[in-house]
Amino acid sequence: MKVFVNGEQRQCPDRTTIAALLRALELPEGRIAVERNREVVPRSRHSDTELAEGDRLELVRFVGGG
Amino acid sequence: MNGEGSPASRAPGRSLELGGVAYGSRLILGTGKYATPALMEESLEASGTEIVTVAVRRIDLSSGGRGSLLDSPGLSRYTILPNTAGCYSAEEAVRTALLARELGLSSLLKLEVIGDPRTLFPDVEGLLQATRVLVKEGFTVLPYTSDDLVIAKKLRDAGAAAIMPLGAPIGSGLGIQNRNHLRLLLQEIRDIPVIVDAGVGTASDAAIAMELGCDGVLMNTGVAGAKNPVQMARAMRMAVQAGRLAFEAGRVPRKLYASASSPEEMMIE
Repeated sequence: MKVFVNGEQRQCPDRTTIAALLRALELPEGRIAVERNREVVPRSRHSDTELAEGDRLELVRFVGGG
Repeated sequence: MNGEGSPASRAPGRSLELGGVAYGSRLILGTGKYATPALMEESLEASGTEIVTVAVRRIDLSSGGRGSLLDSPGLSRYTILPNTAGCYSAEEAVRTALLARELGLSSLLKLEVIGDPRTLFPDVEGLLQATRVLVKEGFTVLPYTSDDLVIAKKLRDAGAAAIMPLGAPIGSGLGIQNRNHLRLLLQEIRDIPVIVDAGVGTASDAAIAMELGCDGVLMNTGVAGAKNPVQMARAMRMAVQAGRLAFEAGRVPRKLYASASSPEEMMIE
């Protein structure tokens, strides 16, 4: 199925969880916040939240700023 | 709320209190625009700050998620104050705030809703809207706002934990452009801290803000953009302390004519 991660279209297997997606992207889970279709998915729910076709994900972190 | 009495945050000697926590330093520093992470860490250290601001941005998927600011071990001792910089609507700012809380596990937030790309002036309508939502969500909301008293009162009444008026446009280094507006804010907003946020270009600007009675100063470019950021950070630390001391000491009244400091009697003839 296709999902959108930070605005980019990506292919992933059906019923991929957020935790699995982060692993596939080789992202360390601890320092990342995830929003799915405009709702924050808390870290504790990453491993049991399955993605659906067309989901829009925002993966963010802290960067330098004022 | 009537502007009478001496507010806890503005009483002599008291420290800056935000979200129920007292801080020894009245200087808040940004973490943007530094040439290297090492220079940033050294500058933060030299400034004596205890609170640093950060921004929330998308991960660059090609970088494998490395390079998060919080990977810098030197940042662990600071209170992290996430911002919603770059947000142009209340909705966007609220989403960013919720993501920041998920990242930082703290409810402290520097709320920005920008209304104009060239001046980066706040959209105070959106700011007020976002403040209401985020206070309800349990955030300690520190709104970056204009130096307008009416909107400041509305933000205060909406539950903001401080008022953060700009001294001048973000990154402009123009200093405190309207001292009288700040003085009015300080007269009327007495129950929560007033922190000058944006526009400070050099040490005297920070000292002026503190001499007026502001509870703190937040800056980024003024330090990060200086030729020698570490030295400027130290200057800012001293300026904030000096300005605060002068405020607490109580300055002499301004007079039009001279007043001799040496005795005017017993002169030789």
